[in-house]
Amino acid sequence: MATSGNAIIQVKNLKKYYNKGEIKALDGVTVDIHKGDVAVIIGPSGSGKSTFLRSLNLLEQPTSGEIIFEGVDITKKRDQSGKKIDLPKHREKMGMVFQHFNLFPHMTLLDNMTIAPIQIKGIPKEQAEARARELLARVGLGDRADAYPLQLSGGQKQRVAIVRALAMDPDVMLFDEPTSALDPEMVGEVLDVMKELAGTGMTMVVVTHEMGFAREVGNRVLFMDEGKLVEEGTPEEIFNSPQSPRLQDFLSKVL
Amino acid sequence: MKLFSFEKIIMLLEQYWQKFLLEGVGYTLSMAAITVAFGAIFASLIALLKMSKIAPFRWVSNVYIEIIRGTPMLLQLYIFYFALPMLIPVLNKQKYVCVCIALICNSAAYLSEVIRSGIQAVDGGQTEAALSLGFNSRKTMWYIVLPQAIKNILPALANEFIMIIKDTSLASTFFIGDVMTQCLLVKGATYLPIEPMIIVAVIYFVLTFTLSKIVGAFERRMSRGYKR
Repeated sequence: MATSGNAIIQVKNLKKYYNKGEIKALDGVTVDIHKGDVAVIIGPSGSGKSTFLRSLNLLEQPTSGEIIFEGVDITKKRDQSGKKIDLPKHREKMGMVFQHFNLFPHMTLLDNMTIAPIQIKGIPKEQAEARARELLARVGLGDRADAYPLQLSGGQKQRVAIVRALAMDPDVMLFDEPTSALDPEMVGEVLDVMKELAGTGMTMVVVTHEMGFAREVGNRVLFMDEGKLVEEGTPEEIFNSPQSPRLQDFLSKVL
Repeated sequence: MKLFSFEKIIMLLEQYWQKFLLEGVGYTLSMAAITVAFGAIFASLIALLKMSKIAPFRWVSNVYIEIIRGTPMLLQLYIFYFALPMLIPVLNKQKYVCVCIALICNSAAYLSEVIRSGIQAVDGGQTEAALSLGFNSRKTMWYIVLPQAIKNILPALANEFIMIIKDTSLASTFFIGDVMTQCLLVKGATYLPIEPMIIVAVIYFVLTFTLSKIVGAFERRMSRGYKR
């Protein structure tokens, strides 16, 4: 776990306790995410991997520890020079995709994709819409811009959710079990979009149970258990020569 | 024995239609409109207090809601009617204003619970998605949560509005001039007990039924995107 200059997210000793420390969802996680990484987090359920991912953009408020995103510790109220940290500004740079899509049901797909660029970045409507249509076309939904989320299948919704996040031009994309709520035949179409995205050099942190994706697309695999980062390495190392007994046990169950 | 006669109803309508339909309906609808408008604003404030992170704010709104819900509307009307002019001399002899304030304070307590539950019924994932896109909490509320909350709230809100129209009839206790007041006045002038009440019942029904149809149409418009 070497610290290097091109770390986009540095996580230091991150802890998340519930019930005054009785439950340790995260128990001291330290890791760097580098530019261009596709870091895949695996582990049994309840291992803290989702909590870890959701802490990265502070949807989950950690009990202690640091998250240094593009040089700024966003867990603090103020930076070193005493300037107030504008959390929404930093979140803007971290796109997130959720297990349950969380598209806005009261808006068309086009509005889903343009509301943040228009309202937050102040991008002119025509420009935001042109970009949204382009992104929708990229995931094969170019003709559905005026549909509402409820008219889509799960796989289509998740593809829209991915490009909705991309419309904000994030530097990192966070995926929280993006295929877990999908019917099996729709998993592939979402993974394909993610694979293509990884191919463009996007930095990605992915929590998933799709071991095939971890092996094929990830350049790093992180194994978490009981709130700790137990083992990490290349997919090769993790899947072919797991070191810790817990990882060996986990892989024997899922592979 | 005949309970009532249609001839008498026709006769009453010919003679008193202005009192029922112009004066009475005018007062009833204006009171209801004022109550709904100011009640909704007041209710939003109470709902915000109740959802506040600051505990004393929550206590204040809880106590208010419990007291209003736990005492009879008629009693509240009496208390406001007699106490307000004593506290605020400007309101002396302003019985219409006093009754409206009582109605507003009462409906705000009920409306605030409707508003709060509607907001809290919006899936938490919606807020998370908005925050992750870079919305601050104020814009998240405005663009993402409230539009969905209104859809949740609308049916219950329609009920509340209909309740308010009917509750304004209590104002007749102080002869404000509303539909129910006209009923009492006509009854006193003609010694006909049943016929005026039938007329007034029909008037209230037409008012509330029309309202519920209007809200129904609005609801269908709001549910765009929720149907496959």
